Amino acid sequence: MKVYIAFLLGFVMLGTSCSRKSASAPGPTPTAVGAAIVESSGGKQFAQTGSLLPQPLIVQVNDAQGTAIPGALVEFAAPPGVTLDPPSALSDSSGQVTTNVSLGGMAGRYQITAFTLDKSHNKVELKLEEIALGYRQTLGRRLNDQYCDRCHNSESTVERVSNYDNLEVKPHPFSEKATLSKLTDADLNAIITNGGPALQKSALMPAWGNTLSKSEIQALIAYIRAVSDPPSRDSGPLYSETGH
Amino acid sequence: MNEKPASLWQRLFGDSVRAFGVISVVFLLSIAIAPAKNFFSEWRHYQRGYLKTIRNRSDANTLQRHFAGGIQQVWLPELGVVDRCTSCHVGLKEAGLSDVPTQPYRTHPPIPHKLDQFGCTTCHRGQGAATTVAESHRSTLAWEQPILPAKYIESSCGQCHRGQLAGTPQLNQGRALLARQGCLHCHTVKLPDGSTLKATDDPPSLSHIADKTSREWIFAWLKDPQAYASTSTMPNFKLSDDDARDISAFLIANSSPLPGDTVNVPAKASADPAAGASLYGESFCASCHAVQNAAGNIVGGDVGPELTRVGTKVKPEWLQAWLRNPRAYNPATGMPHYRFNDGQVAMLAGFLQGKADSDFLSNVHLDTATPEQVAHGKRLVSDYGCASCHEIAGIRKPENFAPELSRIGSKPVTQLIFLSGMQHTLPDYIAGKIKNPRAFSPGLKMPQYTFTPQQIDALTTALLSLNERSYTLPSSLAVPGRVETDYQPAGKAGKLMTDLACFSCHRINGHGSDMAPDLTWEGSSVQRDWLVQFFKNPGTLRPALIRRMPRFNLTDGEVNELADYIMTVYQSPKVDRDSMPLGGYSQGQIELGRQLFYGKYSCQGCHIVDTKTDKGYIGPTLTHVGSRLTAAWIYEWMRNPQSLRPGTVEPNRAMNDEDARALTAFLISQKGGEKSSRSSKAANSNSHAREVAKR
Ligand code: HEC
Repeated sequence: MKVYIAFLLGFVMLGTSCSRKSASAPGPTPTAVGAAIVESSGGKQFAQTGSLLPQPLIVQVNDAQGTAIPGALVEFAAPPGVTLDPPSALSDSSGQVTTNVSLGGMAGRYQITAFTLDKSHNKVELKLEEIALGYRQTLGRRLNDQYCDRCHNSESTVERVSNYDNLEVKPHPFSEKATLSKLTDADLNAIITNGGPALQKSALMPAWGNTLSKSEIQALIAYIRAVSDPPSRDSGPLYSETGH
Repeated sequence: MNEKPASLWQRLFGDSVRAFGVISVVFLLSIAIAPAKNFFSEWRHYQRGYLKTIRNRSDANTLQRHFAGGIQQVWLPELGVVDRCTSCHVGLKEAGLSDVPTQPYRTHPPIPHKLDQFGCTTCHRGQGAATTVAESHRSTLAWEQPILPAKYIESSCGQCHRGQLAGTPQLNQGRALLARQGCLHCHTVKLPDGSTLKATDDPPSLSHIADKTSREWIFAWLKDPQAYASTSTMPNFKLSDDDARDISAFLIANSSPLPGDTVNVPAKASADPAAGASLYGESFCASCHAVQNAAGNIVGGDVGPELTRVGTKVKPEWLQAWLRNPRAYNPATGMPHYRFNDGQVAMLAGFLQGKADSDFLSNVHLDTATPEQVAHGKRLVSDYGCASCHEIAGIRKPENFAPELSRIGSKPVTQLIFLSGMQHTLPDYIAGKIKNPRAFSPGLKMPQYTFTPQQIDALTTALLSLNERSYTLPSSLAVPGRVETDYQPAGKAGKLMTDLACFSCHRINGHGSDMAPDLTWEGSSVQRDWLVQFFKNPGTLRPALIRRMPRFNLTDGEVNELADYIMTVYQSPKVDRDSMPLGGYSQGQIELGRQLFYGKYSCQGCHIVDTKTDKGYIGPTLTHVGSRLTAAWIYEWMRNPQSLRPGTVEPNRAMNDEDARALTAFLISQKGGEKSSRSSKAANSNSHAREVAKR
């Protein structure tokens, strides 16, 4: 009998613990209130599933005139699996609040909400998206860095000079939804495997079918889909605090 | 009050019929517990949920057909896997369910392995045999294996894959840090195949340190190595002033002078301070050494130490001797012997000496050391295990100075001590320990590193891969990493190559670094005349590139020695360099090659043949390729570049013989045209330099 009761109890407890909403920790007491909350930096970053974003997320609290407000309480909310360190804080002397974000375990987009209360206790909020890359997209990203980026990315770094400006016909950045979402997965596979002429495009786009394996090309396609900005239909699920 | 229970008793058990009835009911109820428990079990709940989820889908029929109720199990005795996870995670193998946003019903994301091959717990940990969420995912009931948090999942790949994997950047980074940050000098890590992980850094010997630097510098460095150089891999031992004073006293007292490691170069440093800077640039010191620029950015390579404040550290006489021939002080150094003349040594030394930071030593005032201080310093050097990393005369390298980490990734939680506020899991323990080792107990000796949170996650991932399971998995599953050979070239040329530290940048026969091209088959690839010219004058200034082949001021004899050795010894079995001529191709073939170059293969996207029209610069410039490469190499490269240089970014175009021959004819005709021979040399070397930079 004891076992049965314990089992029931356990089940009920499990049920409640599952349905319990992650209560936002009672933050420090604010000394000021703002009227708006804006992004300073850190939105639209990529990280592997479960990992820390490379840069922290920084938001700023402003008053109605757009002046930074120090001492306002900002709380962050995120879908389950995301950790925020800290989950809430007062804005610093330049009106900013910084938090480190680890994304959830599933590949997809994660919506992070930052909110603060204005002087009439209404919530003002800012929604940001961060992108978690699964195994496949991570592999695709690596391959992109190695083989594709120098032509498809017009920006240069110290280590890597872009070749974009040298090309007679310009490739598109993989994040450019307008171009890439017009191509089906089969199109992408064709142009990557057999080169530009496969889609009646320039031969400046080489054929990679003898260099990369089928699964590597699949990985590149998964990566191209994941980085679409704005997100396309194939970009994977959006996880938000309230469900999906 | 006593009446009531008595009457209840009467009512239930008053006579034998009643008693029988009541007892039967109780009995029946208790028999019903088992089926009820089964009926209400969690996995049934999830399976019902699954059926509800798929009911209204268009692919419901297929999914329904695939569905099998009841406890599911993946049983792989040779891997020790009994995984019932699929009892609740019903959709893992259903490709169609990838649009379901979350588990337990979503398809498993694509990975290179099959579920039936490895089960679930091989990668995710957890209790495979458990059938409730709590028992399988968390470590309730004293189970030892909670689910591995997603951010460390790559550690599981590392159980079998011992080398770098394209899809596991975090594991790769963690392993590199483990080898580079000195961890392996104190902690032994044995792999299941019996090999031991090797450190890749090379901490200097301290036996002659007084020749090189002052006691004041040692003191300040010990107190805070990162204050001297933010990129330093020396950790902070959090020494008290007295302890740092005594260790510096001991190291100076213990140091013996080395003949020839200090000199006073007769030549005066050039009056022109820019001359030293340009020699530093021309010698491509920045390929290996970094300097912090005015904007605070670290610019340059990380093969040798950062030089931002080197003038504060080294004694002028030592620096001059070092620049003249570093092997006098350290025969095993990775720094090349540049063969600078006295004027150049003076110029460079003057330039480097100017890289000083007076603040670094301004607060250091040490009195003459007492014998007690020296003795105490010696004790501290033993206590802190300094000799695990550094050679120190008179102090033996301690064996197993710190705990072995070969199986740290499955250390039982019951054997760990946690800080308050910490989650009681192994990954949290490991990460906490790396972040702040001394917090666990004030007496601990592990030093403080300055890792970023990402680096800590990466290191934790690498350590979690060192676990019990990696030992019990069948050894046939192990995928070994690249093994570094101890290849050494022979004879006079071999000595010369060691002196020039070729292996600090190039790899040959599995030994060396990946910074510059692999030279294992260089003799099949290049023409001897070009090679000779390249040694004499490799550098042309191209500011966009940091890493380049330096000029070593070699004598003609040395150049010939090297060229002969490379041309004879470093030949590919795939390419017979004499099998195709370096000229005499028909105009028609050359023209066909030109058309293929600009048309079908559009090589101009990455290469320049005609500086007027072509612009691509991912690959090397080909304006003079006909006097640089052999025709046979070009032909083979056209057919399959990866067979000659695995991993090269040149796409394999699977060219037919005709196309490859025509392109070879076209390329071998590119000999720099009518330009003067001097500039042609320069452009040649420039193109090789691009190649160096590219890889
Ligand atoms: C040598 C430069 C170069 C490299 C390297 C390169 N591409 Fe391209 N790519 C191009 C050019 C040029 C185009 C545009 C062709 C056109 O529009 O006619 C293109 C087009 C594409 C397109 C069609 C969409 C678009 O941008 O127009 C895809 C998809 C693509 N490339 C994928 C890849 C992938 C994946 C890789 C790496 C494996 C890669 N490319 C490497 C030059 C390159």
